[in-house]
Amino acid sequence: MPTQHSRVHARLMISPAVLLLLGWMLIPLGLTVYFSLLRYNLLMPGMEQWTGLTNYRFFLTDPAFFDALRNTLVLVGGVLAITVIGGVLLALLLDQPFWGRGIVRVLVIAPFFIMPTVSALVWKNMFMNPVSGLFAHAAKGLGLEPFDFLAHAPLFSIILMVSWQWLPFATLILLTALQSLDSEQLEASEMDGANYWNRFLFIVLPHLARAITVVILIQTIFLLSIFAEILVTTNGGPGTASTNLTFLIYAQSLLHFDVGGGAAGGIIAIILANIVAIFLMRMIGKNLDA
Amino acid sequence: MGQIRLDAVSKSFGDVEVIRPLDLEISDGEFVVFVGPSGCGKSTLLRLIAGLEDVTSGRIEIDGVDATAVPPAKRRLAMVFQSYALYPHMSVRKNIAFPLRMAGLGKDEQMRKVEEAARVLNLTEYLDRRPRQLSGGQRQRVAIGRAIVRDPTAFLFDEPLSNLDAALRVNMRLEISELHQSLETTMVYVTHDQVEAMTMAEKIVVLQEGVIEQVGSPMELYSAPRNRFVAGFIGSPTMNFVNGEEAARRGAHSIGIRPEHLTISTTDGAWQGTVGVAEHLGSDTFLYVHLSDGSGTLTVRAGGEYGAGHGDTVYLTPDPAKLHRFDAAGLRIE
Repeated sequence: MPTQHSRVHARLMISPAVLLLLGWMLIPLGLTVYFSLLRYNLLMPGMEQWTGLTNYRFFLTDPAFFDALRNTLVLVGGVLAITVIGGVLLALLLDQPFWGRGIVRVLVIAPFFIMPTVSALVWKNMFMNPVSGLFAHAAKGLGLEPFDFLAHAPLFSIILMVSWQWLPFATLILLTALQSLDSEQLEASEMDGANYWNRFLFIVLPHLARAITVVILIQTIFLLSIFAEILVTTNGGPGTASTNLTFLIYAQSLLHFDVGGGAAGGIIAIILANIVAIFLMRMIGKNLDA
Repeated sequence: MGQIRLDAVSKSFGDVEVIRPLDLEISDGEFVVFVGPSGCGKSTLLRLIAGLEDVTSGRIEIDGVDATAVPPAKRRLAMVFQSYALYPHMSVRKNIAFPLRMAGLGKDEQMRKVEEAARVLNLTEYLDRRPRQLSGGQRQRVAIGRAIVRDPTAFLFDEPLSNLDAALRVNMRLEISELHQSLETTMVYVTHDQVEAMTMAEKIVVLQEGVIEQVGSPMELYSAPRNRFVAGFIGSPTMNFVNGEEAARRGAHSIGIRPEHLTISTTDGAWQGTVGVAEHLGSDTFLYVHLSDGSGTLTVRAGGEYGAGHGDTVYLTPDPAKLHRFDAAGLRIE
């Protein structure tokens, strides 16, 4: 049978790509697992030895680990809350007809094109600096004491920077979703006696549910691995106040030269990310079907 | 009560005047159909009545009260949209209950009214489905149900049947007409289909380019069209127009004769021609006859058994009592 034949051929043809991708995933994963079971410190080259699960025990009992876990969740949750709520509001605003709408839309998208390190440095030096920053000037202008964001609210500051970066993404997706809303539905609900708030609550928001789902899903994937913003601003500090899992693994393997510990942290991060993914999929899978 | 009065109402979008100032009176309990070609402003006129568009000038009165500045929700009108505009994330039950919920009615009262509307519209077994699980006709009924529960002073329909297939359209046409009989509520219905207008309306308003060409009962429009536009728009197949010598002989710029008012004969008659195409519908046969003097093609309705085919020579005789005469401006000459 021709279709049977072509199916076998298709599998044969596609197999190199599949094997390459499989290797691409399995080799680094395998190596990480392997390193995580070794006592492997860069300061003691050639002294690697088998230690079983000791690396995992150390990593999991490290108080910094729990701080990092909490910070990761706060960071992801905070940025998601700001970008989704802010994104919906901005999308509603940009959906209105006004003069120069095209240009404003391009401007709104601009932050997304700026590299994380650059935007974080701009925030750190030009806005949040307690001496020369714009916020300090504003505070002084109002007769207030300048606030040292990065020292006293480091995690909040990073949430702010990351939210600024991701807000355009959320806005863009929500705006396109908003534009696909049938205007007759809005008119029908208007005739049915729904005021602006009810129209938003019962018609617009349910329509946006799927887009919001997509925004949450995609952003979570990227926000779990925020790193550059922390490295160039707070370096995870003060103490571990702004250390997330990614940064903790970096610190473990490259600041403490403990490759084994870092690898163990990496594996733990993978497991945690998958737990989050399962929860998200369960919560959101229903939403994507509908 | 459901009386609507338009007083010198006009609407412009920018520089384009979509509705020229017009007056219109719709009595309580009347079934009025706005009909006209696409872009004639009929939907805009309906949206002006609904309050979804603001009038540029003029006054709209509903039940004797000035409603020009009243928001749509407060006009006590219900509208059925062309796309049905059902809320896709709500079940049929919630769709129908939505206006009641917005009005702040109690849960029990809501359910009672929804059940009642569903019974009237044969939707009871679909109440827990989502709109996308319904067929076109069922969706249309849900949209009507959502309008009924509000107990409005008038229903507005914006081309509600144009998304349905032909057979279903005939069915829904009957259902809406029956609904009107039983509810006795004013209905304003917009369509571009003159068959819908003729079959459903008590009063037809023919619009063209934002101007009312004629208002009247279907038979008035059929038997005494005020001008050539109305004459050509109402009736199917459309009226035949003959210009030139034949018209001049009868003291008109052009004469119009409906296909059903021409007698056809193979032996003698007023006009001679050859059959181009014969369409056999079973009950009727429509013949497209090319006149021998080259003055045009006439459509003729003959009996279903009529045997003439392509190339046959036939003679046509108009019924003088059913002949319409129009002057150079297209207006009817009595």
